[in-house]
Amino acid sequence: MSQIIVPVLLALVTSAIINNAVLMQFLGICPFLGVSKKMDSSIGMSAAVVFIMIISSAITYPIYKFILEPANIGFMSTLTFILVIATLTQFVELIIKKTSKGLYKSLGIYLPLIATNCIILGVVEENIKASSFGTAMLLTLGTGLGFALIMILFSSIIMHLETSNIPKPFKGVPIALITAGLLALAFSGFGYL
Amino acid sequence: MKTKQNLLKGFFKENPVLVHVLGMCSALAVTKSVESALGMGLLVLMVLIGSNVVVSLVKKLIPNEVRIPCYIVIIALFVTIVKLLCQVFLFNLYESLGVFLSLIVVNCIVLGRAEAYASKNNVFDSFIDALGMGIGYIIAMLIISISREILGTGGITFGLNLIPLDNPVTLQIFPPQFALSFLVQPPGGFLCLGIILAIISAASTRKRDGDKV
Repeated sequence: MSQIIVPVLLALVTSAIINNAVLMQFLGICPFLGVSKKMDSSIGMSAAVVFIMIISSAITYPIYKFILEPANIGFMSTLTFILVIATLTQFVELIIKKTSKGLYKSLGIYLPLIATNCIILGVVEENIKASSFGTAMLLTLGTGLGFALIMILFSSIIMHLETSNIPKPFKGVPIALITAGLLALAFSGFGYL
Repeated sequence: MKTKQNLLKGFFKENPVLVHVLGMCSALAVTKSVESALGMGLLVLMVLIGSNVVVSLVKKLIPNEVRIPCYIVIIALFVTIVKLLCQVFLFNLYESLGVFLSLIVVNCIVLGRAEAYASKNNVFDSFIDALGMGIGYIIAMLIISISREILGTGGITFGLNLIPLDNPVTLQIFPPQFALSFLVQPPGGFLCLGIILAIISAASTRKRDGDKV
């Protein structure tokens, strides 16, 4: 049993915390700076991102392994993947709109933004190097959890910054970046474990 | 708007990275060294020009409802071309940029210019706009990467990936043992960009107040 659990946990922790997508690889900075002012919206955004990320990873990995690679057109990956992601976001938005009003209300406004979120394309592009479908999905899940963790942590910090006395030139994006820098410094400590 | 104004607006006044805060992912990720930042800037400039010109050429053919996916496909086409060219001619740069080369597709600057400018203006103006914005992006990347590399390593090294030399030349400004090496690591990128944006915001507030008095 532990032969399965240990590598799975290791892959999750590595991709979620030690090699965090937002703080260590700079993926998905735009929603991170733009959306994460309220706790609710950052939870909604990260749920939408994790959802789309897992589905698109499950679709693009077979596409690359069974179509692009055998046909020797691996260089078309970016074009194919962005099409898959854009269509998928549109499709998921439609389905959620038809089936669940509550979910649409909480996730709906974030879904169109996701197509241009670099964390999805980044993860999908990195995943094609993974050895098996299972590993690819695990890494996707880990990266998504890491993104959600940082979004929620960061939004609670930003809420406090709103009311504190910041030097005028630092208001807005600069202080958010510096906070992110300090957060990244703390997270880089995990790398030395 | 005059052509010259159109070209110059992207340099400082409407700089995509430093004023509009777009395209932050690449501005943080590839600015560890001046050379890869410059290489990334040139590649983005090529993609921007290509996508802006094509979008403004075909803007009448694209139905309004599906314009964003169409723009993304056009951009992805140019990114694929640039990626292949880079892999053939500048392999070291290709290796050092890694996944961020593909991520030009979702760089907000490129899509932003296609949506905000090229879809409304003629081919020549769109070309000039792309040129100005691309150069503005390069300027921003150079400002960030020069401050990061000098403070982080004590000097600037040339000849590693843009134009590979047998012996990379290092322009040492102060000895490396005094350098803040954390600035070339991920956390330093956030801090450095935050401070640069604060300096710019302070300077622009001072200028605006000066105009009032």
